[in-house]
Amino acid sequence: MDSIISCHECDVIHRIKALPGKGTAHCIRCGAVLYKHKPNSLDRTLAFAVAGLILFILANSFPFLGLKIGSQVRETSLITGIYELYIQGMQVIAILVLLTTVLVPFTQMLCLLYILLPLKFHRLPKGLPRVFRFFNNMGPWGMMEVFMVGILVSLVKLAGMAKIIPGISVYAFLTLIFVLAAMTVSLDSHLIWHIWGENQ
Amino acid sequence: MNHEFTTAKAAGLISCHSCHLLCESGKRFVERVCPRCGAQLHDRKPNSIARTWALVLAAFIFYIPANVLPITTVISLGKAQSDTIMSGVIYFIHTGMWPIALVIFLASVFIPLLKLLILMFLLVSVQRKSSWRPQERTRLYRITEIIGRWSMVDIFVVTILVALVHLGGLATIHAGPGALFFGAVVVITIFAAMTFDPRLIWDTEEATYE
Repeated sequence: MDSIISCHECDVIHRIKALPGKGTAHCIRCGAVLYKHKPNSLDRTLAFAVAGLILFILANSFPFLGLKIGSQVRETSLITGIYELYIQGMQVIAILVLLTTVLVPFTQMLCLLYILLPLKFHRLPKGLPRVFRFFNNMGPWGMMEVFMVGILVSLVKLAGMAKIIPGISVYAFLTLIFVLAAMTVSLDSHLIWHIWGENQ
Repeated sequence: MNHEFTTAKAAGLISCHSCHLLCESGKRFVERVCPRCGAQLHDRKPNSIARTWALVLAAFIFYIPANVLPITTVISLGKAQSDTIMSGVIYFIHTGMWPIALVIFLASVFIPLLKLLILMFLLVSVQRKSSWRPQERTRLYRITEIIGRWSMVDIFVVTILVALVHLGGLATIHAGPGALFFGAVVVITIFAAMTFDPRLIWDTEEATYE
C-alpha cells in the first residue's frame, strides 16, 4: 500500500510516481500538495537542525534587546518578558509565549536530531513513530517567525521614546528563523515513514 | 464534476492521519490501528463538525472581552493608562504610523474574525450538504490554517514591551486581562482549524453521484 496515497484534503486516491528534480505532486481534484521531491532530505534537514540548535543556544544566552532612556539602560533576554508576565499574574500567557517561542522550537530540533542522526548511520531510532508523530503535532505551535514580527512592531512602538540597542541574540534569532524554515521545508516526512516501514 | 475520482473511503481504505499510509479499514475497532506507525485510524476526523462548532463559538465569546478589556496598562510617573487593541490601532493612526496600525489591525482584529467567519461558513455549507465550489472552499480552509498563527503578534508585542519598559517609577507596562482572552481566542481558533476535516467538503460530491 506504499505506492498509493490519498489526498489529505479531499480523500482522492493517487498512484505515487517518481518526480523530476524539485517537482511537486498536487491532488488532481482539489489541488492540495501531495508530496514533493526533496533531494538529500535527510542530510540537509540534519544539518539545519544542528545549525538551529547552535543558534538557539546563542539566542537564549546573550542579551536580546537593550533600552536606553537618559542614563538608564535595561538589558533583556528572551526569557525576561516571559518571567515578567509570570510575576504580573499572567501565568497562562507566560506559558503560552514560553511554549511557542522557546520550548516547541527547541523540542522540535531535538526530536529531529533524535530521528535523523541514527538514520544517517543506517540505524533505526527507538520509538521513531511516537517521536515523529509528536514532532508533527507540535508543528502549528512553533511561532518564531510571528515573534519576529512582534519584535519589529515593538521596536517601532518604542522608537519614539527611547534608544533601542540590539544585542547579539537578535542576530542569532534572525538567522534561526530562516534555519528553522529551511529545516521544515527540507524535511521529507514520507521518506522517513517509508524507511520506517521498510525496516520494521 | 465527473466520476473518475475514487476516494479512499469509497475504496474501503483509510489514510493514516499520521504517516499517510493507506490501510484497509477493519470492521472491528481494535483493527483500526495503522500497521506502519501505530496511530489510531479514522476515515474522517472524529466528531469534526460538533467539535469545530464548539470551538468556534467559544472563540467568538472570548473575542468580545479580548477586544473590550485593556491589553496593556502603561504606568508612567504615577499615572496609569490602559489600552485596548483598537485604541492602540487608533493611537498609531493618529501618530502617523499607519503601517504598524495596519499590521496590528490585521493580525489582532481582522484575522481572528475572518478565520471564525470562514470556519462558520464551511461548517454551515458542509451541514447543508452544499456542492457549491468545493475547490474554492478547500482553498478557504487552507487560508484559515495558515493565517491563524499570525494573530499571536500582539501577545508577543506585549511580552517584549513588558520586558523592556521596566524603568522603576519612570515607566512600566503591565499586561491587561484582554491579553489573556486574546491568547485564548488565538489558541482556540488554531484548534478549531485543526478539528475541521476538509474532506467533509468533498463527501457531498460523492453522495450526489452514488
